[in-house]
Amino acid sequence: MSSTLLSLLGAASQGLTWAILALGVYITFRILDIPDMSCEGSFALGGSVSAILMVTFHWNPFVTLLIATFAGMVAGLITGFLHSKLKIPAILAGILTMVGLYSVNLRIMGQANTALLGEKTIVSMIQKLLPSAQSLGIKNSVLQMFVTIGIGLLFSGIAIVFLYWFFGTELGCCIRATGNNAAMVRAQGVNTDKMKILGLVLGNALVALSGGLVAQSQGYADIGMGVGAIVIALASIVIGEVIFARASSFAFKLIAIVLGSVIYRLIIAFVLLMGLDANDLKLLTAIVVAVALSIPVIKKTKTFIFIRTVLAKVFSLIGKFVLFSLIAKLVKNMMKGRE
Amino acid sequence: MLELTNIYKTFNPDTVNEKVVLRGLDLVLNDGDFVSVIGGNGAGKSTMLNMIAGVHYPDQGSIVLDKEDITKFPEHVRAKYLGRVFQDPMMGTAANMEIEENLALAYRRGQKRGLGWGIQKEEKELYIEKLKMLDLGLETRLSAKVGLLSGGQRQALTLLMATLKQPKLLLLDEHTAALDPKTASKVLELSNQIIQENSLTALMVTHNMKNAIQYGNRLIMMYNGKIIYDVSGEAKKNLHVSDLLEKFEQASGGEFANDRMMLS
Repeated sequence: MSSTLLSLLGAASQGLTWAILALGVYITFRILDIPDMSCEGSFALGGSVSAILMVTFHWNPFVTLLIATFAGMVAGLITGFLHSKLKIPAILAGILTMVGLYSVNLRIMGQANTALLGEKTIVSMIQKLLPSAQSLGIKNSVLQMFVTIGIGLLFSGIAIVFLYWFFGTELGCCIRATGNNAAMVRAQGVNTDKMKILGLVLGNALVALSGGLVAQSQGYADIGMGVGAIVIALASIVIGEVIFARASSFAFKLIAIVLGSVIYRLIIAFVLLMGLDANDLKLLTAIVVAVALSIPVIKKTKTFIFIRTVLAKVFSLIGKFVLFSLIAKLVKNMMKGRE
Repeated sequence: MLELTNIYKTFNPDTVNEKVVLRGLDLVLNDGDFVSVIGGNGAGKSTMLNMIAGVHYPDQGSIVLDKEDITKFPEHVRAKYLGRVFQDPMMGTAANMEIEENLALAYRRGQKRGLGWGIQKEEKELYIEKLKMLDLGLETRLSAKVGLLSGGQRQALTLLMATLKQPKLLLLDEHTAALDPKTASKVLELSNQIIQENSLTALMVTHNMKNAIQYGNRLIMMYNGKIIYDVSGEAKKNLHVSDLLEKFEQASGGEFANDRMMLS
């Protein structure tokens, strides 16, 4: 198998496990309209909790994911409480939780990272159910990637179905409306503080679940695994939104985010193949997100409008020319045919 | 029946921005009263409405609605009794959500929200029927995003939402001030129609004295955080704008009615 194909496969498997992070951030950032920094902490929290439960207590890897999700809920609850009850600005409330979680995560793991070498993870568990890599005629690492892709698809699928259902319920509708117009929601007799807390709990639950999944699929949990998570999630969301701009239904929007996450990883894999230093990745991601988020403003600038009109004219001229020459050719051919 | 007793409210107390807005406000609203509220800028009209709605709490005094003391109830708790339409057409609806989703939110005002589906099928019939009454063609656009509607349409929709579940009290806070004259008069006519049909109790703040005289069975004028003029029944019907201006000048001790009141 060529190295290109391998790295593409790796990108897809990574993209699908990180997609759940993007879905979690979508809830807070897009639906609730809160830039929730605590997700950086709860992502690492999910990873640490899942890893330590497996290494120290040898718990079932699926159960550890459940506990990780629950831990994320608690993190979201804290941010929500700080923001809505204690009236701390959302961005600061998130940063406080994030910073606090750094110490908590170190406490949980007792060190900066926890390796899962030789531990039973969800990847190894499912791999055992399948025929061996040798009998399939592929490398073990390739089989692992396929298994990870399967797991990513399964969890993303479950998350999408759950979110689609939840945000269609009365409660979900109230959360959506709270992000949209909190004053109106209060006028309809809904406690918007509760809705914000609930949204943050749900978002951070997904983020921590993603952290657990990522730790298990990459084989270790690391105190720094959450650094830049929010930017990566935003990149996935923005890429999904730009590429699938026509997606109008909620379900399709969620699918677009998962695809956005995969495409983000493909882009990363591509630029790495092109020789980009891996250390520059976060800078590149930040620039991509900054540019993508400024599209609405850029679109309104005179320069952009000018360039767009010029380009449109040039393209329409070229189009007309091509069309004209095609017609001319056709006519000539027809004339020839008659002769 | 709504009773406001001896309400005081000061914003930013003990700072340079201190502003006493309500000074011993008393008001009793009988069931079925449709009261128009007028007064200059800063008279305390909107603050009075926000006080009733629970956006702000009074420093002193009590608010009693149907024998229940709601003075300390948080905004979302007392919302089950109140229908509200705001001055800003953007404020009463959720722009990114569909017309039917907005209506469904309003249909459950004051109820506990659970995990049942956000909109039940049989509700849609009701929404279509109600939207037809607005006569704005919205009944065929149930799943359109509210953000696509014009200011007038959004205000009419907010009005419908406020009254979808019969409120004990309807609060209209200059709800036509941001609309063009034609749309404003249409929304106002609609408000009147809805209030009459459901025999609602309503408080309507307006800057337009003609409208204040034309609509409602009672009119109150506020000045400096108090009610200075309260008229109802036949006496109100025979009022003229000039009477109101005169009253206002009298109350303010010769200070001329401010320009916004003059414009109407």
